[in-house]
Amino acid sequence: MTIDRRTILGGAAALPVLGALPWRSARAQANNTLKLGVLTDMSGTYRDGCGPGSVAAVRQAVQDSGVTGRGINVEVLMGDHQNKPDVASTIARQWIDRDGVDVIIDVATSSCALAVNSVVKEKNNIMLNSTGATADLTGPACNANTIHWTYDTWMLANSTGGAMVKSGGDSWFFITADYAFGHALERDTGDVVKKAGGRVLGSVRHPFPGTTDFSSFLLQAQQSRAKVVGLANAGVDTINSVKQAAEFGLTRRQKLAVLLMIISDVHSLGLQTAQGLSLSETFYWDLNDRTRALSNKLKSGLGGAMPTMWQAGCYSAALHYLKVAAEMGVAQAKASGAETVVRMKAMPTDDDAFGAGSIRQDGRKLHPSYLFEVKSPAESKGPWDYYKLIRTTPAEEAFRPMAEGGCSLVRT
Amino acid sequence: MLEELLFQLEMSAPQIVLGLVNGAFYALLSLGLAVIFGMLNVINFAHGAQFMMGAFVAWMLLNWLGIPYWGALILSPLIVGAFGVVIERLMISRLYKLDHLYGLLLTFGLALIIEGLFRNQFGSSGLPYSPPTSLTGAPIDLGFMMLPKYRVWVVVAALVVCLATWLVIEKTRLGAYLRAATENAPLVQAFGVNVPRMVTLTYAGGVALAALAGVLAAPIYSVNPGMGSSFIITVFAVVVIGGMGSILGSVLTGFALGLVEGLTKVVYPEASATVIFVIMAIVLLARPAGLFGRA
Repeated sequence: MTIDRRTILGGAAALPVLGALPWRSARAQANNTLKLGVLTDMSGTYRDGCGPGSVAAVRQAVQDSGVTGRGINVEVLMGDHQNKPDVASTIARQWIDRDGVDVIIDVATSSCALAVNSVVKEKNNIMLNSTGATADLTGPACNANTIHWTYDTWMLANSTGGAMVKSGGDSWFFITADYAFGHALERDTGDVVKKAGGRVLGSVRHPFPGTTDFSSFLLQAQQSRAKVVGLANAGVDTINSVKQAAEFGLTRRQKLAVLLMIISDVHSLGLQTAQGLSLSETFYWDLNDRTRALSNKLKSGLGGAMPTMWQAGCYSAALHYLKVAAEMGVAQAKASGAETVVRMKAMPTDDDAFGAGSIRQDGRKLHPSYLFEVKSPAESKGPWDYYKLIRTTPAEEAFRPMAEGGCSLVRT
Repeated sequence: MLEELLFQLEMSAPQIVLGLVNGAFYALLSLGLAVIFGMLNVINFAHGAQFMMGAFVAWMLLNWLGIPYWGALILSPLIVGAFGVVIERLMISRLYKLDHLYGLLLTFGLALIIEGLFRNQFGSSGLPYSPPTSLTGAPIDLGFMMLPKYRVWVVVAALVVCLATWLVIEKTRLGAYLRAATENAPLVQAFGVNVPRMVTLTYAGGVALAALAGVLAAPIYSVNPGMGSSFIITVFAVVVIGGMGSILGSVLTGFALGLVEGLTKVVYPEASATVIFVIMAIVLLARPAGLFGRA
């Protein structure tokens, strides 16, 4: 056999298939066992923000919930969906059908979140989504089996976008990741800008994943002469965009709005490049005594890094689920996903990550959101001391009003 | 009409420049691949991982030993090249007698292992690495665009390295030995040339080229374990379009496809990741040996 192009390309095509298998399959379950599946990005662009850290956070929640002391067994499974919706829904189905998983937690990447959203509805299971961003999960795509935990595109758009418009940034150009998340974030931010009387001058959509060089897009943003360049992307894409924007001197005439950036991204960029950026999160390790205590606990499972809001969301979601399941009794909690979600919505939430909160009828978890500014290297007093708190938006105002989402669960 | 044409030109001129900058990376990477394939007949799928290692070694040299960019530019290719020697001696050399497919599978597996190890150690979102101070500061004003000094340096460095490699292989005695050894290794050995050592050093040379591209990339792209795999598939397409093993072909095709990709980012950005593969399909149908390949 001789080597030809077909062989090479075949090899290239096989690349994504490897690792598509779930990391671990569970044995037949006992009836007093709750199975929590953490479905996340273990190897791609979002890994550092969720990934193994989300699994560690869920394990910590199991420990802190104290349910094991009450005779309930809890098993935590993990799966790598590689940011591919088809892989995500395959693993979700397999978990539910074969492994008897009771709740799927995290589900990074909006396209994967939407895919698993349909699976849990079809199978009457549960998704507690922490890392997925699209606000459609509590809007047109809402259902009785999903709770959207940590944040969403509407909140990011209003917090970061709103602040930019208020400080005079009334014309925008977007650099958008070309998939569900980027589109939702661009749309929601565009709405905020237009509502405040500003204009959206244009946008450019880059392929996801697989874009490394953003200089072309940054140049188009420069040519648009918009006052604000909105980055509707995340993870390594945002890191590369910010790094290259600094290189091309974009920030000398225009302002950069990083619509989704989390602390692990800031850590990766370094304060020298990231200083002065405004960003919105719902969790920061150094907010108060409770967040500091939680972060210190989680740190060891994260290789010394501070937890991100995504990981904190996984902790909080798993903890609340276990509390409710313990109260309902394991057999009943396993019987119907939708029924358990109703009970979760009825019980107020309280944990070290977000403090006291609640879950709305449309599946939106409510807690305050925070607008931060990244410190300069001189202002930072130690490792992971990255943010200055600029503004707190109370829980009632942080998220889209229920009536505007178009969720079919909302009874008027 | 003329005004519109001028406007279009003004809009695309900067993109042409940027396309050439990206083309420089494609050219450098496909050059290493072409050298290894042309001389050793090994399809080096670990090339992306070696590119990534080049960037990481530069980061380690800076943060662990305090060696700045310019030192890393020399040291990193040497260190990663030495790693290439080990790989070639221990593993790849055992596969020369077998089908090409084994080399491809071996290097593909190596790439996955190397990436996995780096991901475990350093995470996925990457490490900060700043350009050297002599190449930072205000971008150069070209009239129609602002071009950062560092990108100009990348193009110059890539052109020099490509030209030098081509000269070594086509115009020197060493290059003649190499080319002769690929044609008929036993005969060259009979003349007293140590062919296995030459082959090892050629592989190391190709790997060092990947690492050099990695160091050049470190200040502008996020230094993360996946940085190579997003390049490598595109670079393979470049090598296939240029004609497998043709050094000049890969270099020219690298620059040309960088340009095409750059223009696609203006006309229809959503397709910028696919356009190279569309071209590859067309070239394969029209000229199966590639644009510069000998059938």
